[in-house]
Amino acid sequence: MRSGPGRRSSPMTWRWGDRLALAFAWTAGIGLCVIAGAIVLYMGYRGIEYLRPNLLFSRPAPGKLQRESGGFLDPLFGTALLTFIGVLLATPLAVGSALWIAEYGRPTWLARIVESSIEVVAGTPDIVIALFGLAIFQLHLLAPLSFTASGGGVFGRSFVAAGAMMSLIALPPMFAATRDGLQAVPMHMREAAFALGKTRIATIRRVLLPSVRSNIATGVTLGVSRIIGDTAIVVLLLGETLRIEPQGSVPVLGLLRGTGSSLTSYVYENSPAGEGAAPQKAYAAAFVLLVFVLILNLIVERIGRSQSDSLGLTVAGAVV
Amino acid sequence: MLKRLGSPWSDHRAERLLGAVSLLVGVVVVVMVVFVAIHAWPTFQHNGLGWLGSGGNLSTQISAMGATNAHPPPSAYHLNAWPLVYGTLLITAVSVVLGLLVAVFSSIFIVELAPARLRRIAIPVIRLLASVPSVIYGLIGVLVLVPFVGNDIITSSEKASVQNVVQLTGAGLIVTVAILTVMITPIMIALICEALVSVPSSWREGAIALGVNPLRAILAVTIRAARPAIVAAAVLATARALGEAIMISMVSGGSLFSPKPIDGVVFLFEPLSTLAATIVNYHDGISAPALGSSLYAFALLLLFSAFVLSVAGYLIKLPLRKYQVRG
Repeated sequence: MRSGPGRRSSPMTWRWGDRLALAFAWTAGIGLCVIAGAIVLYMGYRGIEYLRPNLLFSRPAPGKLQRESGGFLDPLFGTALLTFIGVLLATPLAVGSALWIAEYGRPTWLARIVESSIEVVAGTPDIVIALFGLAIFQLHLLAPLSFTASGGGVFGRSFVAAGAMMSLIALPPMFAATRDGLQAVPMHMREAAFALGKTRIATIRRVLLPSVRSNIATGVTLGVSRIIGDTAIVVLLLGETLRIEPQGSVPVLGLLRGTGSSLTSYVYENSPAGEGAAPQKAYAAAFVLLVFVLILNLIVERIGRSQSDSLGLTVAGAVV
Repeated sequence: MLKRLGSPWSDHRAERLLGAVSLLVGVVVVVMVVFVAIHAWPTFQHNGLGWLGSGGNLSTQISAMGATNAHPPPSAYHLNAWPLVYGTLLITAVSVVLGLLVAVFSSIFIVELAPARLRRIAIPVIRLLASVPSVIYGLIGVLVLVPFVGNDIITSSEKASVQNVVQLTGAGLIVTVAILTVMITPIMIALICEALVSVPSSWREGAIALGVNPLRAILAVTIRAARPAIVAAAVLATARALGEAIMISMVSGGSLFSPKPIDGVVFLFEPLSTLAATIVNYHDGISAPALGSSLYAFALLLLFSAFVLSVAGYLIKLPLRKYQVRG
């Protein structure tokens, strides 16, 4: 233990209750490592067993045999598109709010409201955010953003809808990372800029934003990892078509209004909880997903190494 | 106009712009609560708060709701969702209590007991466990744990004893609680470890100097000082457990049944469902007004409980503020 030099008290002399607690602590710690190792190794084993390169590069197709039913290129593309839309929408919101809270922040009641709102969004389950997305995008006002059925009902499910809700999911980590980075910049940097006659916005643009670049990068990476791991929003808001079905003939807008699937919903649908027919494909897709998440984890660790706390567990809110 | 954007901005305009961006986030949250409440209103209108209670068969109620057309009669909105509320409470409470125990002792292990090499392994492991998507936990649960429990642990006499009421396939309480505990423990470990590290070690060393053995010193001094963080961790974990939908929908068996403790050991294997998991399972029928309104009512309840949780956490931490350790 960290008690330093000197005679240590051997557990053999302790009371039974304390020995039990010691054993439990060791078991809990090592048990978690074992569980994590088991998850990674098992997913790796199944993934290598079932992942074929042609799965990554072929589109899903309806077919009776597993051999003919194609791979998951469309879900991969769906995940990428959702991540792109989500980050595109969330980054300006997150960085802008963090800048306002850290640098301006008047009136105080408004700052408290904004901080509480972001905490509310962070604590909201993703299924509730998905239902909110449905409620919003099924309004007739937003009918152009998805498919409208012949009876007049707005479908409400499209890449735009899912991407917008994904940005809500990614917002809190980005906001927290940026705000913590801004608060960590020492006051003398700002004061030096003010002394040279710079306005506040100029110091933000020229001094502060460059110095929190790595925090913003950490936040974006955390947001991305939350987006690609999210299933509930995709299942509810992306229309659950196996292939990407653009809506209408306009090239990009049709895609945004269209439906599709993502890696996570593909895993969900292929497991016994969904259609259930192809656990092998589910394993393969889940393995790819896990690899992505691990890579993102490593990136966060690399970026955050310079500014982590003493243990490195909560790098800019990595776990929270 | 582009030239105006390129020239130096005034502080006033920038402050207004950034303030508007921040306000947008607040507006989105308010709009979210309002919209969910609007869509949930019919359930409250026809049931009052009685929809939280028990009575009637929930599966028939929900399938009847799914079968209605665009203008259902008021009786279609009748709902008694107690099995779901009970399932949610049961799963969340058991997982959080178990997870808290495991998290506190794992944090003690990581911060105090582990040799340096083991600590260097344990910290990335915790981060890994926290970032695994819930669908992967659900996949391992439904493809590995559920068949294992269903075939190797539940005996056929146990299956026969309840087969008139419910099917025991292995997907049920114990698998759900086990996986959910593994999911929420890393969140708690991160917060508790951070707090344990920030407690001054001189406090613990003082206790050791007085003759207390090292582990008891940790429990009595460091953990006590980190109580605000433990409360914060429990609140965060409860919020996560309440909102977990996909993993639970995959491994809980999806049947709208309340597990009965009277059944003995079979209680651990009975299938159940939670509010969030039911939203996922029945989301196809959301265009039927009665079913849609019920699902939104579940969502409103989840929102409300998340809000109550954060307020409760704040209130619990207030008397603990006399300790200087940040929560």
